[in-house]
Amino acid sequence: MADSMNIKLKVWRQAGPKAQGRFETYTVPEANPHMSFLELLDVLNEQLIKDHKEPVEFDHDCREGICGSCGVVVDGVAHGPQRRTACCQLHMRHYKDGDTIVVEPWRAEAFPIIKDLVVDRTAFDRIIAAGGYVSINAGAAQDANSLPIPKTAADLAMDFASCIGCGACVAACPNASASLFTAAKISHLAMLPQGAPERKLRVTAMVDQMAEEGFGDCSNHAECEAVCPKGISISAIAMMRREYVKAVMS
Amino acid sequence: MAPVLDSKIPEGPLQEKWGNYKNGIKLVNPANKRKHTVLVVGTGLAGGSAASTLAELGYKVKSFCIQDSPRRAHSIAAQGGINAAKNYPNDGDTVWRLFYDTVKGGDYRSREANVHRLAEISNSIIDQCVAQGVPFAREYGGLLDNRSFGGAQVSRTFYARGQTGQQLLLGAYQSMSRQIGLGNIEMFSRQEMLDLVIVDGKARGIITRNLVTGEIERHAGDAVLLCTGGYGNVYYLSTNAKNSNVTAAWRCHKKGAAFANPCFTQIHPTCIPVSGDYQSKLTLMSESLRNDGRVWVPKKQGDTRKPKDIPEDERDYYLERRYPSFGNLVPRDVASRNAKISCDEGKGVGETKLAVFLDFAEAISRLGREAIEARYGNLFEMYERITGENPYETPMRIYPAVHYTMGGIWVDYELQSTVPGLFVLGEANFSDHGANRLGASALMQGLADGYFVIPYTLGNYLASNDLEKVSTDNESFATAETESMARIKKLLSIQGTKTVTEYHRELGRIMWDYVGMSRTAEGLQTAIKEIAALKEDFWKNVLVPGENSTFNKNLEFAGRVADFLELGELMARDALEREESCGGHFREEYQSPEGEAQRNDDLFTYVAAWAHTENGHQLVKEPLEYENVKLTTRSYK
Repeated sequence: MADSMNIKLKVWRQAGPKAQGRFETYTVPEANPHMSFLELLDVLNEQLIKDHKEPVEFDHDCREGICGSCGVVVDGVAHGPQRRTACCQLHMRHYKDGDTIVVEPWRAEAFPIIKDLVVDRTAFDRIIAAGGYVSINAGAAQDANSLPIPKTAADLAMDFASCIGCGACVAACPNASASLFTAAKISHLAMLPQGAPERKLRVTAMVDQMAEEGFGDCSNHAECEAVCPKGISISAIAMMRREYVKAVMS
Repeated sequence: MAPVLDSKIPEGPLQEKWGNYKNGIKLVNPANKRKHTVLVVGTGLAGGSAASTLAELGYKVKSFCIQDSPRRAHSIAAQGGINAAKNYPNDGDTVWRLFYDTVKGGDYRSREANVHRLAEISNSIIDQCVAQGVPFAREYGGLLDNRSFGGAQVSRTFYARGQTGQQLLLGAYQSMSRQIGLGNIEMFSRQEMLDLVIVDGKARGIITRNLVTGEIERHAGDAVLLCTGGYGNVYYLSTNAKNSNVTAAWRCHKKGAAFANPCFTQIHPTCIPVSGDYQSKLTLMSESLRNDGRVWVPKKQGDTRKPKDIPEDERDYYLERRYPSFGNLVPRDVASRNAKISCDEGKGVGETKLAVFLDFAEAISRLGREAIEARYGNLFEMYERITGENPYETPMRIYPAVHYTMGGIWVDYELQSTVPGLFVLGEANFSDHGANRLGASALMQGLADGYFVIPYTLGNYLASNDLEKVSTDNESFATAETESMARIKKLLSIQGTKTVTEYHRELGRIMWDYVGMSRTAEGLQTAIKEIAALKEDFWKNVLVPGENSTFNKNLEFAGRVADFLELGELMARDALEREESCGGHFREEYQSPEGEAQRNDDLFTYVAAWAHTENGHQLVKEPLEYENVKLTTRSYK
């Protein structure tokens, strides 16, 4: 077993949506390089509970980078320093004994804080409900192989579809824009013939909903792409813009 | 009183049963559908597909999930694929063969009629998902690609890279979202079901806790659909998501729904091994890797050489050696048990010696690194992120981990539990996988139940029963709410010295040691005693921080661990009662001289359904009748 490390954590604590937040500093003396970052928070919480203090609340579920539940800003970077990695899969081997790590929630007007590191991301669900689907009722589908789709198109659709909806793109964007999230779904469906009948309706409805939720617009900083745990390219946003122009101009 | 089990299998030859059933059911006319409210708990593949499909039909649906969004249900983590009998590769697949493989894979402990229906429906699922825009993998000609999975000799698995569950779930989620946008589904996220409300003998509502404010809510409806997944987290360490739990199902069980085959759990052979005490969960490496990866251990015990320094003739490719016709693609239970045997013999590898190699060197030299990257790139990346080792250069180290639970709430052919009006779908029910589930069948079952079974069976129930409106002011709601609240207060008031996680970990250790991959009568009796003692201690000494009226994850976990403690005891009892080895249930006393599982069909060809009565748990048996498949010793040699 590798040597244990002493890690200092500066964590954002906030009792509720309206409460005043602040940083609190804690020490985890027995961190281990094989641990994941969330396991470090687990160890901290066990310490806090034993000391009759309130544990740090954070969202987490699958802990394998696919559910999109977790997401915190680690030392100023959404999901932390490792590229293409959700913070549940960030491992402590990237840190050394004596390090201090600053942990904050996603900060965006459209993602109100619920408690500590937990934010409300239901705005994302409302963007999808505005048009991020193909209208097909169960039972009405034709044979799956009746529409050949070029492999390149299907692969690209899959690249966009791999979005986990974690919200890192919003947290990293200086405008707190949800453009990458919204564009990923629009682009996924725009690549496929199944998405074609509704493509105009979809793009306008989703973009309007994004604005209504209080997300900012995109000004091409590309911070979103840099932090995206699935490495989704901002070419999605370019495609969303083209789709939008086509929808409103024709 | 223990219920009588009526499986309601329709008349007629196997191939005609589902058709006969559909021809005979009562229908709810379109104008009347909107008068019915259906409560759907859980938004995974089963719950998501059921909620969207019922809303499309015109029912009023209320959908509940514990996550912040329905898109995060644990189905999202399924990697490898989904089976269907499309026979696009022209390699001899048929509905019958998919049915047969699934029954055989389940070691002859599932219902023929249910499994055949599943195989019949499988093709429609693929059609539906493609129409939703699910980006399945394709060939250069533009048509869908297939790969092989364990327990089958045909390629019938459809996949979307290593993220098939994610893409299928997002398909269901998007269909749900459309219905939410249209106002046909009312969505309640961050809500946990704490109890089932029964009025006049029928399931008519649920009690939930708002996980943000702690408020207890009452919801009434004409039927309740439980789609809350499996109970693998009873082992603490599993591939399940941290929030996956048995609470909703267990509460239903205590309100009268029989729990079937609780001891049938699936230990998945290819997971990343445990690395330390702080470990919070285990990560699966998809079964699809066994298409190209070769499993081996050193022939010599305690060999600490690097894998590349161990020459070919000093390696034991034990699956290829013992099962030449299926090789590395034997079913999961067989692969897991063999990994355990190798490690028990002292041939395990890595720091903990509880791991075997999964080696891609041969495939990389045959197909090239690029081809392997295209097939498994994201899985290799994930492995490297977690372990810090590069699987292109050195073999993966893998070990079995708890992954899926075949047992669950007992349901009849209509997916209805022993409580009228309570339907159970997906992993939460016991129905289709017998004693072992084949890979890529969970996604198939979840979506079959939701898209293509429940719309018919629920309609039949609603049309056949006179369901007067029930108000949430009804006394049964008040009682259930009071009980739920009392339990929360009790958990918060103990203020002992041990954390919820400490209890959960201890329970997990007992379960893994005695109710894990290999079980004995003695060990199971020990487990029953140890769990009982742990449960008693929990209710005296647990330390739950904070209060109810706020976001409090430890309070959520406390309630779930309390239920796991009760379930764990029942699992051990069920395993003790079943004096045979079958599928994932391996009793050391019952094995062939070669160490293979030995079933006892004369005595145990039944579903063990446990009823919760005032005198404790009572076993009720549903005999399994095989009219079409001949029971044989499962052989993959």
